[in-house]
Parts: sequence; C-alpha cells; structure tokens
Amino acid sequence: MTLAPALVAELDELVTHYPEKRAALIPALHRIQEENAGWISPELMEACAGYFGLEPVEVWGVVSFYPMFRTTPPGKHLVNVCHNISCELRGARDVIDQVCRVTGASVHGTSADGRFTVETVECQGACANAPMMEIAGEYHEDLDAAKVERILGDLA
Amino acid sequence: MSAHPTYMLDRCEVADSHTLKVYRENGGYEALEKVLKTPLSPEDVIAVLKDSGLRGRGGAGFPTGLKWSFMPDVAKDDRPRYLAVNADESEPGTCKDRVLLREDPHGLIEGILIACYAMRAEAAYVYVRGEYRLPYERVAAAIDEARAAGLVGENVMGTDFSCQIWMHKGAGAYICGEETGLMESLEGKRGHPRPKPPFPAGYGLWGNPTTVNNVETIQNVPFIVSRGAEWFRSMGTEKSTGNFLCGISGHVERPGVYELPFGLSARSILEEVAGGVWKGRELKAFFPGGSSTGVLPAGSIDVAMDHDSVKGAGSMFGTGAMIFMDETTCVTRIAEVTLRFYEHESCGQCSQCREGTQWLHQIFRRIERGQGTMDDVDMLSTLASGMAPGKTICALSDAAAIPTHSVVKHFRDELEEHVRLGRCPLAGTSQPVGAGA
Repeated sequence: MTLAPALVAELDELVTHYPEKRAALIPALHRIQEENAGWISPELMEACAGYFGLEPVEVWGVVSFYPMFRTTPPGKHLVNVCHNISCELRGARDVIDQVCRVTGASVHGTSADGRFTVETVECQGACANAPMMEIAGEYHEDLDAAKVERILGDLA
Repeated sequence: MSAHPTYMLDRCEVADSHTLKVYRENGGYEALEKVLKTPLSPEDVIAVLKDSGLRGRGGAGFPTGLKWSFMPDVAKDDRPRYLAVNADESEPGTCKDRVLLREDPHGLIEGILIACYAMRAEAAYVYVRGEYRLPYERVAAAIDEARAAGLVGENVMGTDFSCQIWMHKGAGAYICGEETGLMESLEGKRGHPRPKPPFPAGYGLWGNPTTVNNVETIQNVPFIVSRGAEWFRSMGTEKSTGNFLCGISGHVERPGVYELPFGLSARSILEEVAGGVWKGRELKAFFPGGSSTGVLPAGSIDVAMDHDSVKGAGSMFGTGAMIFMDETTCVTRIAEVTLRFYEHESCGQCSQCREGTQWLHQIFRRIERGQGTMDDVDMLSTLASGMAPGKTICALSDAAAIPTHSVVKHFRDELEEHVRLGRCPLAGTSQPVGAGA
C-alpha cells in the first residue's frame, strides 16, 4: 500500500516546515487517520514509514504512544467524554451514563449498529464549562442529560 | 473586591477579535513596530522583560527575561535557534490558553515575533494540543493573514528581521506539555522527556538552542514592550507581577476564565469572582493551580494567589487553575481520578513514575470502594515519597506525588473513615459507572 498522491503532495509541503523530515510524522499521521475514517491500519503505518524512510516499528511506536491515534476502526461517530476532575465534579459520570444509554455503546465500545464509539478521555481544557464531550473536533460543553440526548440525536 | 485594570482579555471581547483587521484597530502590531522601527536591540527587549518581572504562566513561574537570556551568544554560537510555544494546555483544570488561541491569535503572533527577535530565533513552532481544533484553525489562519501582510516570513515590516512561524499539532499526550517531551514530540518521536542538563537553551530542537514558552507568557510580551516594565509592575505583587488568567472550575456558581492581578485572596476569588460555592454549600477543599498542586483544605482559603504565598501555604501556584470542591465531595474519589490521570499520562521511562502512579491509583481506588486497609493509607505516603522529589527524569512523578501527600495530610480522617466503614461515607459518590470509572 502507498499513500494517496494528493496526500503525498500535501506531506511534501508539510516537511518543508522543519529542518528534518521526521518532524512532520505526527501531523502526517493525523492526516492519514482523517483520510481513513478515523484509524490507522498496519498497512498505512508501513506506507507512512516508507514515506518518511523509517522502519514500520518506529511509526508503530509513535502511533501507540499518542491517545488520539486509533489502531482499530471507530464507529461512524466517535464520542469522547471527559472524565477528569472538573468534569467529574460537575456530573461527568451522569453524562457517560447518558451517552451510553442513548448510543447503546459501552465505554471503549461501539454500538451494535456501528454508529457510535464511546471513549472516556482525560482533561480537554474545557474545565470552566464542565462537563463536556467532544465529537469530530467540536466541543459540547455545559452538558446535562437532555442536552446530551439532543446533540446525539442531531447526528446523522 | 476593588476593580482592577485588565489588558489580556479586553481585546478578546471585541467582535471578530481573531482577525488582523480588528487586531490592528485595537493597537495590534504597534509593539512589534516599536521594536523594529525605533529600533530596540534584542538586549533592550530582554532588559525590559527582566525589569517587568514577568514569570512564566505555564506552571513553573520561571522569570521569562532570564530564560531568554540563557540563549547562547550569537557571536560564539552560530547554530540555528528556535522558539517553541507550548500550547499543549492539558493540566487538569487549566483552560486559559484555549481562550487566547481562539480569540487573540494575533496577540500570540506579535509576541512570538518579538520573542524571536530578542532571542535571534529564525523560526517558531506553535505546538497545539491535537484536540484544540478551533484554536488551531484560528492561529493557523492568523499566521496566513500575517504572512500576507508582511508580518511573518522574510523581511518583517520591510526590515532585515526575518522569522517563520509554523503550526504543529500534538496528539493527546499530557507529557508533551513538559518542555523536553514537547521537543521530542516536535521531532516526530514519542514524547519522552530528556534528562536535564543539557537545558533547551544549549541543546533543544534538533540539538539547537531553543526556548520553550507558554502561550499566556508570550501573550504578555507585546503589552510589556508597549507600556513598559513599570506599568506591568504596578499590577500584582512585588514578586508576581502583572495579571494572570485564572481558570475557575468545579463547585462554584460562576466558573470561567478571569483576568486577575496576582495577590488576591483565594477567598475573594471564590466569593466575589466565582460567585461562591454553588447551591449555598460550604467549601471542603480546592486545588490552587491545577491537579499537580497540593490540595488545600477550606481552612486555607485566605491564602493570597501569588507564587510565594501559595508555596507558603504548602502548595503551588501552578497554572492558576483553581478547582473548588464543596462539602459533599469525596476527596478520596477525586484523588482516585487524579491518580488515574497520572497513571494514564506517565510516559513509562522511569520505573518510580510508571509503577508508582499505577499503585497510587489502585490504592486510592480500593480505599474509595471500601476495600482498603489502614496500612494502605500509610502506603500512599511511602510510595509517594519514593517517587519525588527529583527522583525521575521529569516532574510528572512529582505531580502525582504532591496531590497524594496533600490528600493524606489534610484528609486522612476521610481516608480512614472509608476503611473503617468499608464503604464511602459520602452518599452517592462511590457508584462507578461504565467501564471507564
């Protein structure tokens, strides 16, 4: 497997920002994941390693270190619910319960219909508007059960 | 509380504050012009920063001008040099840089340009945590605008000064907010902190002289250059000058990000800024500056919020992120959540941290579930003492040990009551949900 030509062109520009090519690895992995429905397969890691002139295991070492990179396919919507201190204090556990109830997924799991994957995540920097969840890069803040149901219900 | 002057958040409240047009209408890039057209020498700029007393806003409170002066003399060292801006905001409770990145990206860019001029850095990298999509997009768009206006790139404002600014996206690891972990990550590797020395000013990005500064620190720079060190010192306390962005979360009526001078009492911040403890309840405890700072009991609420005073009260100012907990809070559960976080974020290089954070998390967890023993309470202190201070490559191990010690010190009775009763004595707090609890 090789990376798509359009993506390679994009990476060719990206690497010019740094004195050493490898520095673009993490931004590149973000783009690879975005283009592959939210996860990075072993074949894509190999292709990425090929582009950067690295061993596949070096790419795997980076992918496995960073929580935002996934090595299994998520459902159509990945719902990340913060369970750190400020959110815990303002009802994160109720939010997690509600997210699981509405989606039919368990934490770290995907719903039977494949529409939702639910994860708990550490502090997302939205502490003054806790509790919060993040879906597709968008922060949903000051949550309560009704708001969670509405937000999830609005997703296609 | 008497009204105090503000400067950092004023502009953020103007509509379209993130655009070059609005930034310029509100005095934007005048500090850079003053530096480049007067011109001030790099040494002049560093002298003003030193004189202002500005301390880093990322948690350690190190004097910024002094940090900049650690960069080697260009006459003796011609390696390329870099500025890395730490926008990997992820200390639990901390949500201030997100506001600045989103609402005032040109303020950051202007600060970066002045910092690079002062340190003779050829490029800056803004390391933004991967989850901050909108803040990232705002800063990236602002850099494009500034580049098109001749403010970033070759010959800034038509002068000999050139400076590139690049965005860089992280991928969710707290440890990359540690400056050497950040540099490793920026080089495309796992975020494993490096032993110090060598310090970044001597051996940083790609082995070259590098300075790492927090977003809010950099954001202060244009104001200081424009208005002077004396103006800056007129706010705050003698040793903690200027205003800071105080992120307030937890059990308060009005959580938010507020711009406050150093030195206000935690009580006045809680009662007058944040509207007091929510639901008419009493205060039980608070973190003064993020989860890495020792938890303080309600009796410490009169501490002044500046670096020295909070240290004197047995904690740390940290990032100024205050997390308040009301009388119904199970502090043991909060300790469990805190240590779960450090276990998750330990990079795994040092055994004290890798193993110690797991053990501390497990012990707090079983005490909270009513399955602990009295020996467990003492074991918390023993383990934490083996993890810090100064026993590991970086301070994450300390950041786990410090709240542990503080919980044992101030809330030993609560821990022991869990053991005696065989359950959580605080109703409704010991029911784990999902698999992630």
